[in-house]
Amino acid sequence: MAGYILKRLLSAIPVLFGITVIVFLIMALIPGDPATAILGAYATPENVAKLNRDLGLDKPLAQQYFIWLGNILIGDFGTSFALNRPVLDEVLERFNATLILAGTAFVLCSIFGIVAGVVSAANQYGLGDKAITFVVLLGISIPSFFLGMMMILFFAVNLRMFPVSGMWPIYGARDLSALISHLTLPALALAVVATGVIARLTRSAMLEVLRQDYIRTARAKGVPERGVIWRHALKAAMVAIIPVLGIQAGFVLSGAVYIEIVFQWPGVGRMLVDAILKRDILLVQGGVVFVAACYVIFNIAVDVAQSMLDPRIKT
Amino acid sequence: MIAFLRLLSRNRLALAGGIVMLCVVLLALIAPLLPLADPDVTNTAHRFKTPFTEGALLGTDHLGRDLLARLLWGTRLSLMVGFAAAMIAATIGAAIGIIAGYFGGRTDNLIMRGVDMLMAFPYILLALAIVAALGPGLFNALIAVATVNIPFFARNIRGVTVGIAHREFVDAARLSGMSDARIILTEILPNVVPVIVIAMSTTIGWMILETAGLSFLGLGSQPPQADLGSMLGEARSALITNPYTSVVPGVMILIIVMAINLLGDGVRDALDPRLKSGALSRPMAATLVNRTGPVPEPKGNGLLEVQDLETQFHVKNRVYKAIDGVSLHVKPGECLGIIGESGSGKSVTALSVMGLVASPPGVITGGAVRYDGTDLIGAPYKHLREMRGKNVAYIFQDPLATLHPLYKVGDQLIEAIRSHYSISSAEGRKKAIDLLRAVRIPNPEKRISDYPHEMSGGMRQRVGIAMALANDPDIIIADEPTTALDVTVQAQILALLDDLRKTRGLAIVFITHDFGVVAQLCDRVAVMYAGRIVEEGPTKAILDAPMHPYTARLMACVPELGEGKRRLEAIPGLPPVVDNLPTGCAFAERCHKSQTACRGSDIALVFDTGRAVRCLFPDNPNAEAAQ
Repeated sequence: MAGYILKRLLSAIPVLFGITVIVFLIMALIPGDPATAILGAYATPENVAKLNRDLGLDKPLAQQYFIWLGNILIGDFGTSFALNRPVLDEVLERFNATLILAGTAFVLCSIFGIVAGVVSAANQYGLGDKAITFVVLLGISIPSFFLGMMMILFFAVNLRMFPVSGMWPIYGARDLSALISHLTLPALALAVVATGVIARLTRSAMLEVLRQDYIRTARAKGVPERGVIWRHALKAAMVAIIPVLGIQAGFVLSGAVYIEIVFQWPGVGRMLVDAILKRDILLVQGGVVFVAACYVIFNIAVDVAQSMLDPRIKT
Repeated sequence: MIAFLRLLSRNRLALAGGIVMLCVVLLALIAPLLPLADPDVTNTAHRFKTPFTEGALLGTDHLGRDLLARLLWGTRLSLMVGFAAAMIAATIGAAIGIIAGYFGGRTDNLIMRGVDMLMAFPYILLALAIVAALGPGLFNALIAVATVNIPFFARNIRGVTVGIAHREFVDAARLSGMSDARIILTEILPNVVPVIVIAMSTTIGWMILETAGLSFLGLGSQPPQADLGSMLGEARSALITNPYTSVVPGVMILIIVMAINLLGDGVRDALDPRLKSGALSRPMAATLVNRTGPVPEPKGNGLLEVQDLETQFHVKNRVYKAIDGVSLHVKPGECLGIIGESGSGKSVTALSVMGLVASPPGVITGGAVRYDGTDLIGAPYKHLREMRGKNVAYIFQDPLATLHPLYKVGDQLIEAIRSHYSISSAEGRKKAIDLLRAVRIPNPEKRISDYPHEMSGGMRQRVGIAMALANDPDIIIADEPTTALDVTVQAQILALLDDLRKTRGLAIVFITHDFGVVAQLCDRVAVMYAGRIVEEGPTKAILDAPMHPYTARLMACVPELGEGKRRLEAIPGLPPVVDNLPTGCAFAERCHKSQTACRGSDIALVFDTGRAVRCLFPDNPNAEAAQ
């Protein structure tokens, strides 16, 4: 197992490398030069040229890339000109908030999605199945930002059950209960779409598995139906579900940007949108590379989980 | 195409989605012709008019612009951008996928590495990065959304192309000297189009959502031009005071995406042949029972008595009579063989006993199955569940498919016991080891933590037998347990079963298509054909002098050792399909002795001194007399 984890970690190196190349190339496409963007339209040509030199932008593209990559590898993502602080500090602080939001949403969508899918499959064509199928269809069709706005309107403004926005109360203790009450609505809004996708996939994976011979064997030996569904069928269906959980984790992580805007959540997505609007290139680069790298690492964890579930995978 | 549309329209939800979508598209198309206010003219004197006020059906926004007009123009824009993004992603993605799949090798490797790299990004993050580079704007948002969807299309279409690229018609085209470009356009593309359509129909909703999302963030359409996403984004500041300005565009996005999703599901179902037949339905915990006729009286024959059992498969409007009035019985310590070709109903008979016939489509429509005198057909599931494995246990054919692949064999054995008795795990482990030893698996202490795929076929089947023995059942129903094994292993398994029968007094119902196996193990044998018993009696008597022509033919199929010169006689023709059986003898079509009378009326199973046969002109009529 340890060998397998090491092997997967090593195989991630070229992917991480590729990610930096893609991000760098996308940023290199930017029309005009960043120095003008930073200094504004009224900058003197001398100042622009100086800044370009300071930023290393007068060097050839390949050289620029390797300088940038080398700096990243020692943890230097540069300095955000808009915030005037190191990119890494800002990203780490923001990513923490995103991780709380996306992590909670991911746990919610995994649990709700799998349970809904299993219940739906176990009662195929029954009332429960139809109800779940309809709710799931609604869930995957509603824009998360619209859902979030409606939730604010209903639960926060009308019912006053939760705060309207933010991560912490402006006055008062920053304790767990404050966090939970601030987190509930955004996490739910973020989880809905992924829940729908996971529920759909779980349902069809379960239907596929329930027709297998080993399910009949389980029934033939007298395993109660609950055990047949939740132990035998779900375990086998998880082989198909886990990779989708990995993909959905990416959706939740990056889809958090909408929710962070709607709920004023101080996460990395909101930071990126601000940075894009201000053309704060280094911050965008650093943020995107950092989040994408975290996602790659997370996907390795998914693969490892898969290999632990399925002994047939050669480790 | 017409068949496809008909199939699509039969799906009511897809039809509803299609109609809604059609209305939305029509409204968007004729928006310039409608008597609407100018969507971009601000009138701050009339800001935030509520819906249904005069002159503004849906009210006005924070700048006093007419919401209905803005909604229709915004819908127009959102649809256009969404469709355009889908077309671009599909075209480029398909081109990349076809090239990678068609040329294969290095080209494929290189392209797919790049695609994988793009897919390593969280989807929306990549779109944000692209917009960051190109700058905010609707056209740039369109490019970003299209780009992040290209890998999805490329990967799907590459998969299909790889499957097609080496088919005969492509090879033929290549040999006839066609250029690669022409082969791709005339041979590959037409076969790939359905996949592109499915992929588009399932992703276009996403793309509309994503472009709306980018506009919502202020990175898409720029004021005063507005699509649905930027309408929602602008309305957000007035969410609490004037919520309808948010609700109007939000609901419109919901309606559009939901209609597209319904339609997309319909398209996928109509194009995917596996889903069409409704093959994806799960079997329930016990077979459905819908018994219309009277329940036969118990006759007190043996421990397990099957009486006039009828099990059918109801598929759409067709009724397949898998078994039609089968009666059998077995005593403790006795082995009954059931023999027949595939499709003769022998497995269905066996599975009906404990309600294990997959349902849907299976339905038990008549007869009784008595265990120790009490009828099991229609018994509550709870009762049936308690008896499964404890009183009547099963051994199935292919042990690789019938053991759970993700549990250790020991755990599967322990579970079999724990389903009926609560025992500690230490006790369970001890029992499991004893069971493995009883079926002569060497080194059971170690083997207990093997997964099924780590064992040989013979070992797996021993585990299957151990599992059947776990709760000391009275009856074991073995459904072709040796068919998937090679001959030496087969002999070992048969010897094991015979031994267990003698030492434990088990009643065994042994299902097979092989008379050699029957001769080795069974006291009595029942021959099945087209869902009915055609001959029954003591094994030796039937082997010596088969009475039904079908039995004789079936026996002729077995090669005998030492008589290698005899021709292996296959039975001409195929067994009849059981949804439309001929009247009279079902075997008449394939029988060399058949006469007009055979095709007349129903032929009864005639009992005579321990034997029974369903034939008007049996072979060896004086078989008993000769003995």
